Amino acid sequence: MQRIGVFVCWCGSNIAGTVDVKAVAEALKNEPGVVYSANYQYMCSQAGQNMIIEAVKEHKLTGIVVCSCSPRMHEATFRKTAEAAGLNPYMVEIANIREQCSWVHKDMATGTEKAIILGKAAVAKVNLNAPLTPGESPVTKRALVIGGGIAGIQTALDIAEAGFPVDIVEKNPTIGGKMAQLDKTFPTLDCAACILTPKMVDVAQHEKIRIFSYSEVEDVTGFVGNFDVKIKKRARFVKEDVCTGCGACVEKCPMKKIPNEFNLGMNNRTAIYIPFAQAVPKVATIDANACNMIKNGKCGICSKVCTAGAIDYTQKDEIISEKYGAIVVATGFNPISMDKFDEFAYNQSKDVITSLEFERLTNAAGPTAGKLLRPSDLEHPHTIVFVQCVGSRCASCAEKGKEYCSKICCMYTAKHAMLTRDKYPDTEVYVFYIDVRTPGKNFDEFYRRAVEEYGVKYIKGMVGKVSPEGKKLKVQASDLLNNKQIKIDADLVVLAAAIEPDKSARPLATKLTASMDTNDFFTEAHPKLRPVESPTAGVFLSGACQGPKDIPETVSQASAAAAKVIGLLVKDKLKGNPCVARSNELMCNGCSSCERVCPYGAITYEDKEFRMPDRTTKVRRIAKVNPAVCQGCGACTVACPSGAMDLQGFANNQIMAEVDAICK
Amino acid sequence: MQVEEYKPLIVAFCCNWCSYAGADLAGNNRLNYPADVKIIRVPCSCRVNPMFILRAFQRGADGVILCGCHPGDCHYTSGNYYTRRRMALLFSMLDYLGIERERTRVEWVSAAEGAKFAATMNDFAQKVASLGKNKRLEDLRCKK
Amino acid sequence: MQKVSREILVDKAISLLNQGVVKAVFGWRKGEFDYDVTPAVFTTEKDIKENFVFNGFCGANFSKYLVAKTVNFDGKILVFLKSCDTYSFNQLLTEHRFDREKVYAVGIPCDGMADISKVKEIAGDGVSKIDFEGDMMKVTTLYQDEPVEIKLGDVLLERCYNCKSKKHVAYDELIGEDGEVLDSNRFDEVAKLEAMTPDERFAFWQGELSKCLRCNACRDVCPACTCEKCVFDNPNSGVENKAAANSFEEKMFHIIRAFHVAGRCTDCGECSRVCPQNIPLHLLNRKFIKDINQFYGEYQAGEQVGSRAPLVNYTTEDVEPCDVFKGGEENA
Repeated sequence: MQRIGVFVCWCGSNIAGTVDVKAVAEALKNEPGVVYSANYQYMCSQAGQNMIIEAVKEHKLTGIVVCSCSPRMHEATFRKTAEAAGLNPYMVEIANIREQCSWVHKDMATGTEKAIILGKAAVAKVNLNAPLTPGESPVTKRALVIGGGIAGIQTALDIAEAGFPVDIVEKNPTIGGKMAQLDKTFPTLDCAACILTPKMVDVAQHEKIRIFSYSEVEDVTGFVGNFDVKIKKRARFVKEDVCTGCGACVEKCPMKKIPNEFNLGMNNRTAIYIPFAQAVPKVATIDANACNMIKNGKCGICSKVCTAGAIDYTQKDEIISEKYGAIVVATGFNPISMDKFDEFAYNQSKDVITSLEFERLTNAAGPTAGKLLRPSDLEHPHTIVFVQCVGSRCASCAEKGKEYCSKICCMYTAKHAMLTRDKYPDTEVYVFYIDVRTPGKNFDEFYRRAVEEYGVKYIKGMVGKVSPEGKKLKVQASDLLNNKQIKIDADLVVLAAAIEPDKSARPLATKLTASMDTNDFFTEAHPKLRPVESPTAGVFLSGACQGPKDIPETVSQASAAAAKVIGLLVKDKLKGNPCVARSNELMCNGCSSCERVCPYGAITYEDKEFRMPDRTTKVRRIAKVNPAVCQGCGACTVACPSGAMDLQGFANNQIMAEVDAICK
Repeated sequence: MQVEEYKPLIVAFCCNWCSYAGADLAGNNRLNYPADVKIIRVPCSCRVNPMFILRAFQRGADGVILCGCHPGDCHYTSGNYYTRRRMALLFSMLDYLGIERERTRVEWVSAAEGAKFAATMNDFAQKVASLGKNKRLEDLRCKK
Repeated sequence: MQKVSREILVDKAISLLNQGVVKAVFGWRKGEFDYDVTPAVFTTEKDIKENFVFNGFCGANFSKYLVAKTVNFDGKILVFLKSCDTYSFNQLLTEHRFDREKVYAVGIPCDGMADISKVKEIAGDGVSKIDFEGDMMKVTTLYQDEPVEIKLGDVLLERCYNCKSKKHVAYDELIGEDGEVLDSNRFDEVAKLEAMTPDERFAFWQGELSKCLRCNACRDVCPACTCEKCVFDNPNSGVENKAAANSFEEKMFHIIRAFHVAGRCTDCGECSRVCPQNIPLHLLNRKFIKDINQFYGEYQAGEQVGSRAPLVNYTTEDVEPCDVFKGGEENA
């Protein structure tokens, strides 16, 4: 049986004005377990707290009920008081008789009656309280960044600068991501490579950063502070530490007709290749699907020309196991496939391209060395039509597009249009749009310059059909403002394809037990207040994997995620919230209902041997809650039909006791 | 017959992160609602077991209301979505058993919606009061 | 017209036993009367030959028994599953309640099982012998000279009139042809209740549920109720009670029970079959199934192993609890 002390606070006249505090203290004295009851002007004051400490000692109290303001206000205060008095801090319950009683009721009799009932409920709960101790777990002081685009690069650099080792896992042979493919960046028009490549070099040279390129995350177990990750390093058949990146092998490779991913297939590369000049790591990679030597053992030229002796045709995929304290997801985005958008003739004509392909066409390192030429005949296009929102804001066509706004297209299209008019003033440029969305620093000014200074023809309306006819592309569109149909003979059509999360994100989310929305963007822990944390403790979000973003936004989120990671890694130990779920293994059926509703992946299963009353043993599957991962929502406790799963601090019998006390 | 004014007994389960704070805000702003409403704090609306609700009715509650974060705003990301399914089904079942539907309610009230909290409680208490005493669910043994 | 006979099952059981494929056989053991058949485990050819029965009263769903019987059993157990039983079988697998490797499942066709109380209504008391001939049964009673002929189709269990599927969703081997998922009218009765006024509904359920003895037969037979310890047996759960002592107690029990199996109940109908008071308990479960189908899309528990039950799932666009009655009112 508990020995409970009840302390009724006046809060000056805030409570005492509408609640007869003496009557409350008197009434609660008779509740089961209550051995001491007092009232005082300000319980939270030093004198009030001392009064509690004295009473605990004098009356050997085991539990405390404070009838006062909201627990959101002073629960922490009184828990500390209890601790100072030598009690477990979780033996305290607050009856909220100010915000939820004296302040909302005017009549003394009503207020007093309700305060007594709220006090009784708190007493009933404390009677069932048990001392709780938050668990502690050590923190591995190393971070993993998944994805080596600008988001991953920035996050890794910031964490490394703070002194913590960071590993970047990048599935491509080089880091750099989408930004490395871009030509110029809006709204400043500085060259993407000029600002990105120095950062890539910083990453390569940083002593705290390791890059696992051509690698993927294979498996993740563990929890915040203690993740165990298996990384699959795919065989690139080139010894990374030996290759000097001289490129002799690339020159001599006889397999020259492999579509070049970096240029989106608009030109070819060799079977052994370095994606681009500034690649990091600058090492060659052999494409096993294209290399004759690997496919049928006939060739071996690269190994002959490699003076460093870096080629190793026998290389195998390698699994690296490493421990991490925090994981940052920076898996980025891709433009959606245009296969389902037949109306734009993307698959019929080479001269219908996506905006990312346009970037490559205007990039000095691209297939045309930066000259804007039509892919079909390498002639200069004189009329270019840009189509916005291809697959974005597509509520009615969800089967082929996306419902959301891809956010970056308005700005990059303005950039493309402006740059085209700047370099080739003889080119007519049309932009078809639903709306032009330009919130952002200097964004609207940028768009207006495109229209006003560069004479880009913006037309509100959607393109209905693009049909290739001879060398031209017949574009049929509607002009909504002038309410007429337009036909344009274009030389080049550029589609602002919607962007979607990278395909690797969904399986990764499963491995991380991080939640995703229906569009496969990672969900943040709180949409407003915790935008860079995933709901899974220790997993953080950086860049477009969380939602469409431009570069400055990505970089700020990347740095924010890094700050959160640093905040986690500086701790030696993590103290958990002790109000977590616990499974009673004797009652657990192992049915997995709890695991399915757990937003944090805190529940795992194990087979355990039980001794039965008849002296036989029985192996049963039972649930186990990892207290370091559980956040204490209680979803599992209701999903569990047997009641094996319970929440400490808000246990079934505690809440039931409160219900009973209120309904008496 | 008693002539005493009938006072309904209402149990409100409130999520610690939103509606419990909303109730506090209603208090801060001195917004009145009937003292018949007694709040029980839970970490998330998804902590509310149908057994708690039935128990409250069994012990003489006249109405039970559950308040949680607005869909999409759950502190634990998905708790209130489970609440929504569980309560939609439970309340539909109670209705099927002939229990007045106005005695149960789920309401999404954020920490910033003190006024909504008070208005919700006023409205709910009034509806429950108009139904009169809950006779269909109470357990007579629990009466003193 | 039983497509499967006792002989076929006995042969199958004995051959699998003798081949060493299985070490035990789940079947129906002969009782005092022909309608009195009990689920039992057979381990010898002799026992099977002498005591294995299969007739129109073999309604029991074996799936649940596998939970207890496969634990610590060394080897495979043969189980005969009607199409409806296979759904429970899958649902239990989804919940990891037994090891699939320990079971050899043989699907058997079924045209419905008889309800002895309906037989007695027609033939009268004192049933001493029942002979099956195709889809007819000859019922001999103590008080009538001539046997009464009854068509099986006239005395089916309630659930068989509303059979949801003749398709077996799980088996290692199938006897006969597999059937189709049926378009049953199983929600008609629920809809009828829904159309009543709240007062009528209350009166209906008050009348039905007050008959409850709290014998727990419904719970004990239910393949979804496989908890190691039921909340109603757990003194710490706060709802434990042994007897139906008042007007709400049994409602609490049946609401909570239906809620606990909601989304997991395959609508096998065992609860109503075994209720000694003939309470239409399946109407509670079917209400949940009907609501789930209506609110969250068609879902058949046990159709697929590993499927996510509706109550441990959600979408961001789910119906609000306050809106669930709107549809009903429009229909009314």
